[in-house]
Amino acid sequence: MISFSQVHKRYPGGFEALRNVSLGIADGEMVVVTGHSGAGKTTLLKLMAAIERPSSGSVVVNGQNIGALRPRAIPFLRRNFGLIFQDHKLLFDRTVLENVLLPLNIIGYRRGEAARRVRAALDKVGLLPKEKAYPITLSGGEQQRLASARAIVHRPSILLADEPTGNLDAAYAGEIAELFRSFNQVGVTVVIATHDEQLATRLNPRLVALKSGELIEAVPGAGA
Amino acid sequence: MKAWLSQHIRTLGATLAKLARAPVSTLLNVGAVGVALALPVGLYVGLASLQHLAGGLRVEPQVSLFLARDAGRGDVAQIDSRLKQHPGVRGFRHVSRERALEEIKTRSGLADVVESLGHNPLPDAFIVDASDAAPQNLEALRAEFLRWPKVAHVQLDSAWARRLDAVLRLGRLAVLTLGTLLAFALVAITFNTIRLQIMTQRDEIEVVKLIGATDPFVRRPFLYYGATLGLAGGVAAWLIVAAGICVFNDGLQELSGLYGMRFELRSMSVGDSFSLLAFSAWLGWFGAWLSVSRHLSDFEPR
Repeated sequence: MISFSQVHKRYPGGFEALRNVSLGIADGEMVVVTGHSGAGKTTLLKLMAAIERPSSGSVVVNGQNIGALRPRAIPFLRRNFGLIFQDHKLLFDRTVLENVLLPLNIIGYRRGEAARRVRAALDKVGLLPKEKAYPITLSGGEQQRLASARAIVHRPSILLADEPTGNLDAAYAGEIAELFRSFNQVGVTVVIATHDEQLATRLNPRLVALKSGELIEAVPGAGA
Repeated sequence: MKAWLSQHIRTLGATLAKLARAPVSTLLNVGAVGVALALPVGLYVGLASLQHLAGGLRVEPQVSLFLARDAGRGDVAQIDSRLKQHPGVRGFRHVSRERALEEIKTRSGLADVVESLGHNPLPDAFIVDASDAAPQNLEALRAEFLRWPKVAHVQLDSAWARRLDAVLRLGRLAVLTLGTLLAFALVAITFNTIRLQIMTQRDEIEVVKLIGATDPFVRRPFLYYGATLGLAGGVAAWLIVAAGICVFNDGLQELSGLYGMRFELRSMSVGDSFSLLAFSAWLGWFGAWLSVSRHLSDFEPR
């Protein structure tokens, strides 16, 4: 459960990324946030994962108020999330397998169990044959799928994806969309920020549109 | 608990692998730490050996009286009786000039020289044990003996031992000062090494923090690296000192043999060795901790 109420986010320098945003996302929901570049999509996701704090208003995730969270508690909140970043943030000095292993090492899984889960995640995104490859040798679509595998390997309850089909061609974008649908079908809350209209229509999700930091079309608390 | 332990073992393995991946820089770092530590440790070993030597000598409150060369048997007898009655004297021994000459002939190998002199250049001597070892008392005795007739020279045998003791005290101070300064250098070396590592691993640190790593998790590999570097430096210092002892001992034995003594550097005790390793590992850990604490906050997403 994620809820925003009257959230403002102002960056140092005075730029207002979000204005008076109120929004509720229920467990197991699939939401696509649309809008032009600079409309505040990324900021919205960053607030959910406590990468940013709201300037005013409140963001509550699984009953925890992001604005009031102690720094020590942030890592444990983040473990509820699977994060897919616009720039992937893969580690290029580690193999595919090691990249996906990272979240499990952080949580402290034992070796055998971790290896089993990593293989399952890689199999799901179709990268199992490349587990020993380095990310630099992968295509754009494969890197995207690797980032997805890393995001889901620890079975998060919420998946946040920022422009997951950003620079992929239509065929790859379709694969990625199917991947998200399958996560959502097993009960994962999925929030995707994109300006890709096709992705939005293909998934047939609840749509939330942002324009210049303000919510349009969305019904606050709808679906909750 | 098991997961916690396995995380630590994994970190240790990764740290060793990291050290092995860059053998040259590892070797140079370990060498720098080793040399920095070897200096005070080597000085300490030399000092401990000197102290051992000093401890083996009699630091008894002894006073030697040398009579004038023209002193006759009567004068000797007079001094003898005065010493017997003196309350500050616990006991004494008379070394006649003839016996002194015999001893020189047999013990120093200077027999030829002594023969060629044709006469005995040595005076009669008394070696006196004072009943009170306090320096003021010995000085008083010395002044008193000097006023006696036919006493040419009075020497406090403990004086040089006290001088040696003062030198040793000074040496200990030097070891402490040097040790403190070089411990600081070791902390500075690890601080900078870790800072460079943090710079090169910016991406990795940022990513692991974004996907839920706690600060201790991020800090751990750097702390392990610092401690391992310190420990390896300690081992290097130990080896340098051990090699130094080997190299110097041959020369020292020859030199001290020429002075009729036996002096050699003693190798470090097991306890001292462990202290060295533990202390160097701790210093490395501390330098890394300072560095990580100082630089990790730069990564806090805001």
